[in-house]
Amino acid sequence: MQDFFDLTLGGISAGAVYAALGLALVIIYRATRVVNFAQPALALISTYLAYSVTKATGSYWLGFAVAIVAGTVLGVATERLLVRPLRHRSELSSIIVTLGLLLVLQAVAGMIWSNEPLAFPYAFDFRGRFSANDLFVVLVVLAIAGLVLVLFKYTPLGLRMRAAAFAPEVARTLGVRVGLMLTAGWGLAAAVGSLAGLLATPPFLFPNVLDGVFVYALTAAVLGGLDNPLGTIAGGFVLGVGLSYVSGYFGPEMVTIAALAILVIVLTLRPSGLFGRAKVRRV
Amino acid sequence: MSVRTESPETRVEPARKRRTLPPLLVHVLAAAGALAVVVALTLVTDEFTNLRIATIGYYLIAVAGLTLLTGLTGQVSLGHGAFMFIGAYTVALLVRRVPSFPLWADLLLASAAGGLAGLLAGAAAARLRGPYLAGATLALAVGLPALTRKFPDFLGGSNGIDFTVHSRPAGIGVPELRWQTWIVWLSVLLALVLVVNIVRGRLGRDFRAVRDDEVAAALSGIAVGRTKILAFLVSAVCGGLAGGLQAFLLGTAAPGSFTPALSLSLLAAVVLGGLGSLWGALWGAVALVYFQAWSEDLADVLHLNTDVANNLPLAVYGVILIVVVLAFPRGIQGGFHRLGAHLKSIRRGGKA
Repeated sequence: MQDFFDLTLGGISAGAVYAALGLALVIIYRATRVVNFAQPALALISTYLAYSVTKATGSYWLGFAVAIVAGTVLGVATERLLVRPLRHRSELSSIIVTLGLLLVLQAVAGMIWSNEPLAFPYAFDFRGRFSANDLFVVLVVLAIAGLVLVLFKYTPLGLRMRAAAFAPEVARTLGVRVGLMLTAGWGLAAAVGSLAGLLATPPFLFPNVLDGVFVYALTAAVLGGLDNPLGTIAGGFVLGVGLSYVSGYFGPEMVTIAALAILVIVLTLRPSGLFGRAKVRRV
Repeated sequence: MSVRTESPETRVEPARKRRTLPPLLVHVLAAAGALAVVVALTLVTDEFTNLRIATIGYYLIAVAGLTLLTGLTGQVSLGHGAFMFIGAYTVALLVRRVPSFPLWADLLLASAAGGLAGLLAGAAAARLRGPYLAGATLALAVGLPALTRKFPDFLGGSNGIDFTVHSRPAGIGVPELRWQTWIVWLSVLLALVLVVNIVRGRLGRDFRAVRDDEVAAALSGIAVGRTKILAFLVSAVCGGLAGGLQAFLLGTAAPGSFTPALSLSLLAAVVLGGLGSLWGALWGAVALVYFQAWSEDLADVLHLNTDVANNLPLAVYGVILIVVVLAFPRGIQGGFHRLGAHLKSIRRGGKA
């Protein structure tokens, strides 16, 4: 029983990270109908920059801030340089290009910082059951998720972003700068993604550190229906707790396979995700 | 689908006047010719190049399988390394545990094991599309190699399974590696004959119909779900064989060879060669092997440090994926195709 309690608490803080990275994927998917497979790499580069800044200045929080800014810049650049030229091309094109960016950025990270694991600090004390750091992770993710939801739902900027995503032609007629809004969406998403990277990385940083987390985040986003931020956040926490049980009772090697099984089962029963609305596909 | 996937196979051939041989016979003859070329090449090159030729062989069948799936049927798979993983471990386990089995049976069972996994993946995949399918197959590529650590006694943990195969009959006086290269290419070409026959036949037409428009395909009586599963099956059989041949060639099966990066570089090879063209698979496989080799040479010449050198091939594959999709969506084979058409038009112009 004690085990069960510990696993649940551990799962909640892991799930918070999946929720945050999943949220980054969903913001981009809503805006441009692209699943950003480069997201873990954008977060990875930001996290490495945080590592370097923290090492040079001794301040964790300065590194933290640099990572968020760098993530935003990377997201904006990705949208402008790689994704926008493909907006009239197939789904496959954007999948392949973002995967290409993933390979390039992971390789670049390995070239600059080497493939060896580097020690990367926690924000707060991480010892004990549901440590200060765990609390920080959960609170930050909930706060950011809340801000993103409020932004989309209640602010003029959020309204413009939604309009640009769902009805670009009408939005343009009404004076919304659609291109700028899509870019803003990518910047916002990559910033959230970098935050997830900073929270997910400790204790060690290496080029493939976020691969697993990305698979779980994608699973969370798919559970939520890929264009449902609230569903994704819920999906992230549920998945975190579920995978924590798998890890505790069956071994950590089984976690990715379990995530795959959950993904396949959910999509077989509900092809648009647990909380997604069935979408009509235009032929 | 706007990645242009038109290929020579999709065009209707004009009726020929002279009688042609049955397609299967043509393909077998072509394969025999190709094997002769490979044997000749291995006889005039050193051992090092032999190994590269053999490596091209097993990449060729893996990339051809992925071409059939992604290029011809329109299903993206980021997990083809997982099928290679299954094939490689099947061969390693059979050699270690059932040494009485002949090599051809091991390779056949490796293909079958890959195919079985493909059938399961395909059954799930038939309901998924685009990004969902990509995510699920990526999970397969990330998750499957971790199983070696779950069953360290059976699957050898992170170090994998080492083994030795003595495949060369006693009377034949060629170096072991050269013989292995011949075996690899013989298996690959046999499999390719089957793949080409499938692609050029009725099933291939079904694949392309499903890729171009699922609804129209269903209306013309094609069972869309079953066709997609069949594409996954054929493709995974190719992946299993490729993995089995890799294990046979290297004498080892280890989880470190089957990272998600392998799956992504296979996709890079498909895209570079030209989506939807089996000839493209050959250019893609050659590129995979030689980009790796060249980047090692380049790192040597420029005295790059090991961090840069180790990561150079992946960076190159990534850049290829981006540049080809943005600028040359039809890949190398598309380029050849255009060149051929250009030359033809010049010749025709000259006659007039």
